[in-house]
Amino acid sequence: MAKPADVSDNEWETEVLKSDLPVLVDFWAPWCGPCRMVAPIVEELADEYAGKVKFYKLNTDDNVQTAARYGIRSIPTLMVFKGGQAVDQVIGFRPKSDLKRTLEKSLP
Amino acid sequence: MAQGATAREYDIVIIGGGPAGLAAGLYAARGRHRTLLLEKGVIGGQISLTELVENYPGVPTVNGFDLAQTMLKQAESYGLETEYAEVDALEQAGHKWRIRGGGGDLRAKAVIVTSGAEYNRLGVPGEERLTGRGVSYCATCDAAFFKGQEVAVVGGGDAAMDEGLFTARFADKVTVIHRRDQLRAGRILQERAFANPKMHFLWNTVVEEVLGDEQVTGLKLRDVITGEPGTMSVAAVFIFIGQHPNSAFLRGIAPTDAGGHVLVDDWMATPAPGLFAAGDVRQNSARQVASSVGDGVTAAIAADPYISSSFPD
Repeated sequence: MAKPADVSDNEWETEVLKSDLPVLVDFWAPWCGPCRMVAPIVEELADEYAGKVKFYKLNTDDNVQTAARYGIRSIPTLMVFKGGQAVDQVIGFRPKSDLKRTLEKSLP
Repeated sequence: MAQGATAREYDIVIIGGGPAGLAAGLYAARGRHRTLLLEKGVIGGQISLTELVENYPGVPTVNGFDLAQTMLKQAESYGLETEYAEVDALEQAGHKWRIRGGGGDLRAKAVIVTSGAEYNRLGVPGEERLTGRGVSYCATCDAAFFKGQEVAVVGGGDAAMDEGLFTARFADKVTVIHRRDQLRAGRILQERAFANPKMHFLWNTVVEEVLGDEQVTGLKLRDVITGEPGTMSVAAVFIFIGQHPNSAFLRGIAPTDAGGHVLVDDWMATPAPGLFAAGDVRQNSARQVASSVGDGVTAAIAADPYISSSFPD
């Protein structure tokens, strides 16, 4: 199972912005109930899109800089990055089918 | 997930995975009925956004999400099936019910509707555009992003006080904006709110517009007595102004009151055979976790004799 890895403020540039593949980042925090519902869905997506999309989780409590940089004011927020740019985002809990639709848009 | 020509057959399909649905699921599964629970969003519904549930008898204090997960595991251990899918249409098919939606084509002998209620929106300019950008309907999700800032809470009920108090753990100042001159919230919550030095109150006031480009920067207000306009600078606005039942898919199938609440008898039965409604979606619900659980249990118990008398094998 390709579990999404944790990414921190320090690794953000190299892991997310400089990635060759599109990246989906799950902005979450341990105290957020809906985030705990999204996590298993993101894990399933990470499996299904292995090799096509990279998946990361960013803990917004520990990585305030990145959360602030992208104006995160609500979690869970899932953001899709391509070529260093945020190209799409989903705020709040959504069913898997919605998330798949968002991901498909970022694929060639 | 999606099925071909053949519909999947169940004894009972439960629509909605909040406390009412989970309780109905537990009883239906223990009654050895083949039971499927459909949830379109988060198991637990409104309570999974509640930080602390303190009034569920027998459970002194519990996180709402954890309580819902415990209920789910308990029901699943007796054979309840769950699926994450939204229902598009419900219709009678002979003696049975046909349920169509993201879960494919389902058939059930009885249906228990526990679809709950959804929060109301203010319906003012800026609200939708800035949702997730400072406009929030869930303090437990979003309050932590406003550490040391000034925020507003709109509403005067239990939810507004609960979430306002939670927000005050992070924000420097929380202004409760209420259109009346007193709160509707329960006494204990009122006492806590008035005693909290970070909580401030703006009475007889309504929000006319949420201001901000990329993020919320303030609110446009109006005093409902004098008509006087005003503005205030806030980084976020948390909106808790009541809720409406999720009953649109029942139109033409089960009668509702003017507010959309489903009419049921003492056994949670609607006038349509084999169709039950329980919890916040029904008329006169007390809208508590405990009362919803009771509703769900009642509906499942009532569905049992209905199934055995209407479908003798």
